Amino acid sequence: MIYFDKVTKKYGKGATAVEDITLSIGPKEFVSIVGQSGAGKTTLLRMLLAEESPSEGSVFFESTCVNELPRGELHNYRKRMGTVFQDFRLIDNKTTYENIAFAMEAAGRTDAEIASDVPHILDLVGLGDKGNHFPHELSGGERQRVAIGRAIINQPDVIIADEPTGNLDPINTHEIMQILEKINELGTTVILTTHNKGVVDAVGRRVITMENGKIVRDDKQGRYIL
Amino acid sequence: MFLTNLKRICKAGLTSFFRNSFISFATVLIMTVTLMIIGSVMFMSATLTNVLDQVRDKVDVNVYFVVDAPEIEILEFKDQVEDLPEVSYVTYTTREDALAQFRERHKDDQLTLQALDELGENPLGASLAIKAVEPSQYESIAAFLDTDPVLGAGGVSIIDDVNYFQNKIVIERLNGITDAVERIGILLALVFIAASIIIAFNTIRLAIYSAREEIKVMRLVGASNMYVRGPFIIEGVLYGVAATIITIIFFYPVTFYFAEYTQEWLGGVNLFEYYTSNFGFIFMMLLAAGVVLGVISSFLAVQKYLKS
Repeated sequence: MIYFDKVTKKYGKGATAVEDITLSIGPKEFVSIVGQSGAGKTTLLRMLLAEESPSEGSVFFESTCVNELPRGELHNYRKRMGTVFQDFRLIDNKTTYENIAFAMEAAGRTDAEIASDVPHILDLVGLGDKGNHFPHELSGGERQRVAIGRAIINQPDVIIADEPTGNLDPINTHEIMQILEKINELGTTVILTTHNKGVVDAVGRRVITMENGKIVRDDKQGRYIL
Repeated sequence: MFLTNLKRICKAGLTSFFRNSFISFATVLIMTVTLMIIGSVMFMSATLTNVLDQVRDKVDVNVYFVVDAPEIEILEFKDQVEDLPEVSYVTYTTREDALAQFRERHKDDQLTLQALDELGENPLGASLAIKAVEPSQYESIAAFLDTDPVLGAGGVSIIDDVNYFQNKIVIERLNGITDAVERIGILLALVFIAASIIIAFNTIRLAIYSAREEIKVMRLVGASNMYVRGPFIIEGVLYGVAATIITIIFFYPVTFYFAEYTQEWLGGVNLFEYYTSNFGFIFMMLLAAGVVLGVISSFLAVQKYLKS
């Protein structure tokens, strides 16, 4: 489903973020990518999201070469991805409801679909009563739930979660991970980057360990080992 | 789908305009100053044009005929002059009219009137006052009058005098001054307008800079460039509309206040009258300037973040 073919990413005059990565991720997998800061985890995800282009090699999503997608096609490609970030990346001047609805509007869904699906997703992430709240009126855990709600509303093929629990307390971390595992059980591929050993060990699924831009371990039912 | 998207874009732009009230307020304020400058330039231009027109209107070429010139020949000559492409219009003053005007001008000068009465006959000839389309064309009209003398029955020219040659230096100097004033006016207007447009553009750019993260998020969730850009363009339109309304309201008392002074100092130009009689035109010009400025600024500012 996702294939990184000998991908290298260099910035400026030779700073190498990832080097010669070859990696394959299948459908319905739950993959945790771990490593220290600067190991290249986020760069890998940014290339998958077509936010960055590889300096060498190619990134494939199914049969599509992501780094060759024309700019005008990127939005259609990104509709197939759901993204969750450590800093939530919600639209500050939109309410919880509007943040989630925006992803549906961007995907060209009808008003009737939006009116039917958004309340359902809000209930699913436990924010049924906070649809009219703005992001600044929510706690960190609640904001991350909104981000997850927005990520799953269009039933994407892949959820990309870049350190989604980085700003959360243990209880919220546990709840967010439960939601991501549930999404994966329903058939969506989840790619997670994290520093949190407890999270990775609790999930007990495939773990890819990165160091200095290279993959140093790839364990099917791995644990966080650095 | 297009209409649904358009509706959503308009709604998002409108909502964002009111929710980001401080940024909207600041941007509208700067845009208002810009439109005030553009509006003031319009008023100044109208005033200047009016003053220059008045000055130019005072310039003409007068052809004085000999006292015994037959009226029929004068009128034939008038027709010939009127056919010249450089001529705007020709005013004919008969001998009788010239006398009446002379008497009116000297109604307080008993000595002159008494001398005139003692003559027993009208000593004044008829005349033509010739107005050129452009002040610079008097030279060629004068040349025509000089090279094509109108001969009367006795083979003598019926033209007694053409006053262009006496006034030539004054007319040329006046033309130079009015042209220079007009050019300086245009230059100043362009400088003011350009400066205010740059300020407004930068303000909108800053407003959109504050939303750069929002733009990134919109793109990440799969919004097309048009869908990301749309609400910002609607906001740009709203900045323009709001600024136009404030500006047009502002000009009402201001032109009313200055009307008296401009009328007194600038030869009869009543700013308030100009404002009220050209309200539709001024409003549309300001609206067009505001909206175009808002839309283009928003478009360019968002474009930067859509490229990255």
